[in-house]
Amino acid sequence: MEDILQGPKTVFTILGYPVSESVVNTWIVMVVLIILALIFRRRLELRPGKSQNIAEMLVEGFSGIVTSIMGEANAGFTPFFGTLFLLILLSNILGIFGFRTPTADINITLAYALVTVFSIHFYALKAKGFGYLKGFVQPLFFLLPINIIGELARPVSLSMRLFGNMLGGSVIMALISGAVSLFVPAVASIYFDLFSGILQSFIFTMLSMVFISLAKD
Amino acid sequence: MEHNVFTVGAFALLGAGIAMVAGIGPAIGQGYAAGKAAEAVGRQPEAQNTILVTTLVTQAVAETTGIYALVIAIMLLNFVSGLLK
Repeated sequence: MEDILQGPKTVFTILGYPVSESVVNTWIVMVVLIILALIFRRRLELRPGKSQNIAEMLVEGFSGIVTSIMGEANAGFTPFFGTLFLLILLSNILGIFGFRTPTADINITLAYALVTVFSIHFYALKAKGFGYLKGFVQPLFFLLPINIIGELARPVSLSMRLFGNMLGGSVIMALISGAVSLFVPAVASIYFDLFSGILQSFIFTMLSMVFISLAKD
Repeated sequence: MEHNVFTVGAFALLGAGIAMVAGIGPAIGQGYAAGKAAEAVGRQPEAQNTILVTTLVTQAVAETTGIYALVIAIMLLNFVSGLLK
């Protein structure tokens, strides 16, 4: 449990910059995703085979979720949010295979949250022009600092939610495996790694979608 | 009163425990949301999927304060283990 609380270990350094375990584990996730994509891409046909059926089911399900939350006009966000969801999902459930969960590191989750926050402001500026900046002084002018703090709190709460949940899950799993080493950790792992991992990745993408579609209109 | 490393560490650990009292708030909030969701499903069983998704997202938002407390408690634990090294 100590080593989970201490944060990720440094695997190697490039030009004096430390490369931590979280980054290396994210590379593993990326390689797995790329290999899966290449496997699913092979032999695309009009009459889909088994692997193409699975891929089409995934894409259709996700595009259904995106259009139901963000509206028909924003269906172009499906690839972005699909990728974000799969990346966070595989990062979360990597703990099952004995790796340190990359999302139990504040640097990784803050990076994901910053992507969302920058796209919120980008799409709001694109949709409303500079009238968007007027939203900061509404309803009253002296609420400007409070509105700015509210905007700054968004990446913090987004990243802390994912980070805290995954780190808490890892700590509890380490405590359970320390206390009982037979059978119980396997059952607990289904909840703390699998269920909470799927739920948290879904919630992260869901909140990003809601924020961006709110910013656009 | 003398303030040595052990006194500081002990109070930091106590603080970590007290910080987690914040877990009460999200528990009440999530329970309330879940109860309302169950009522909504009872009234409109055909809208079950929409209600499920909405409940999960709102519960995640309600959870935020508890997660902040957890992060602070873990920071305090890290502080103590750094102190005793």
